[in-house]
Amino acid sequence: MSTHLLSAADLTRDEAVAILDTAAELARISGRTVKKLPTLRGRTVVNLFFEDSTRTRISFEAAAKRLSADVITFSAKGSSVSKGESLKDTALTLEAMGADAVIVRHGASGAPHRLAHSGWIDGVVVNAGDGTHEHPTQALLDAYTLRHHLADGEGALDGRRVVIVGDVLHSRVARSNVLLLRTLGAQVTLVAPPTLLPVGVEAWPCEISYDFDAALAGADAVMMLRVQAERMNAAYFPSTNEYSRRYGLDVRRASLLADGGIVMHPGPMNRGMEISAEVADGPRSVIVEQVTNGVHVRMAVLYRLLGAAEGPGASAEPTLSGSFEEAAS
Amino acid sequence: MTAADMPPGRASDFPDEAGSRVLDSDGISRILGRIAHEILERAHGAQDLVILGIQTRGVPLARRIAARMADIEGVPIPVGSLDITMYRDDLSLRGARPLHATDVPVDGIDGRLVVLVDDVLFSGRTIRAALDALSDLGRPRAVQLAVLVDRGHRELPLRADYVGKNIPTSRDQAVRVRVVEVDGLDEVVVSG
Repeated sequence: MSTHLLSAADLTRDEAVAILDTAAELARISGRTVKKLPTLRGRTVVNLFFEDSTRTRISFEAAAKRLSADVITFSAKGSSVSKGESLKDTALTLEAMGADAVIVRHGASGAPHRLAHSGWIDGVVVNAGDGTHEHPTQALLDAYTLRHHLADGEGALDGRRVVIVGDVLHSRVARSNVLLLRTLGAQVTLVAPPTLLPVGVEAWPCEISYDFDAALAGADAVMMLRVQAERMNAAYFPSTNEYSRRYGLDVRRASLLADGGIVMHPGPMNRGMEISAEVADGPRSVIVEQVTNGVHVRMAVLYRLLGAAEGPGASAEPTLSGSFEEAAS
Repeated sequence: MTAADMPPGRASDFPDEAGSRVLDSDGISRILGRIAHEILERAHGAQDLVILGIQTRGVPLARRIAARMADIEGVPIPVGSLDITMYRDDLSLRGARPLHATDVPVDGIDGRLVVLVDDVLFSGRTIRAALDALSDLGRPRAVQLAVLVDRGHRELPLRADYVGKNIPTSRDQAVRVRVVEVDGLDEVVVSG
């Protein structure tokens, strides 16, 4: 892994598996009475959220706190950003406070990249969702959840079939998932109305279908995307009813999945629109589990990034994949 | 012994593979038997003992000691593993490492006599981290330390209760413990 996590494409297969393995061990620790680990004591993690978010912000905050980092949460509302402060000046302020890691969510695609490569800050940058571009830690937690249910919690996802359905155009989750799942060996099919597919989607490493039922047959998992009404400034489909009839997941459709197939949703859900309440709360749903897994995966990302970030001694093998230990200490 | 026999990432610790073997399989076996007896003797039996091996090579050593004790006492001895990676103080120097399993026996460690087992005692920093990790798992009645090799050069005020073999070394020498369960053979080699 480079020193930042900006895109799911930054991760090699070995690195991704190493993060998932680390997250799995951290999940075991979180089952005990004392959940806190001293690992990042003295490090400062800044949550820099220019867009509203509940679960991602809380998840990163919980992850950093469980590793004993000092956490500063910054949301654009109630900050100088609402007075017109630029990303650069905000970044310089954070740098002056000595941020070791900056978790950034921004409405503009590419903002985390700008932050990481502008020289404004020294800390590592983690993309927590930028515009309609990427959301790599969501993809990691989805991969973790898939691996847990479909691959006994080990290795990669070779040969597993995952269907991603809905508003791909506005979804950073879809792009990151396609990239990461592909890296992990899964076959991905996107299902969406043509109006909700981005330009250039045919170059993505996945298949595209307009027939939800056919794509679902025998699939190992289906990932429903939220219809992002707040980003829609045009009519992308005729009516809510028609959308949910063609691209909504109901009980009948969920039954088309393979035995043991799972239903996922990154949240927040529009119940009754892309997913029926019955399915969202049904036995195949792992939606709540995705949130829990998010904390462990983000702990793993922070640990591995901040562990690799500093010090000349780390330069020999700062990657996420190495198996290295000390002989005699 | 060729470089290919060594796990990845460790080659630089052992530039001179032609070190001298200070313990072989029989030697290690005798030492573990002696430590098992010593622990039982000092604890007056096996009533509330828990043996915890420190990842990675402390774990098979702990299992072997526990098995010896079980033979002697005729009762099973609770044994587990402790991964101290997240408790290390050198994250910023050495970088992130892969995690290993921490498995505590089902009855926990509260009120028990915990014997930590590691392969080599050197700076003492691993043991410091292990004590921190232990206190997050519960409150033992007492904690003792057993090591296969004590090579000196402590950087913290710690000592082992049970020492397999004292091996005087210089700081730039490397002490390599190999165990069958991880490395395919039992031996201790000093090189450099």
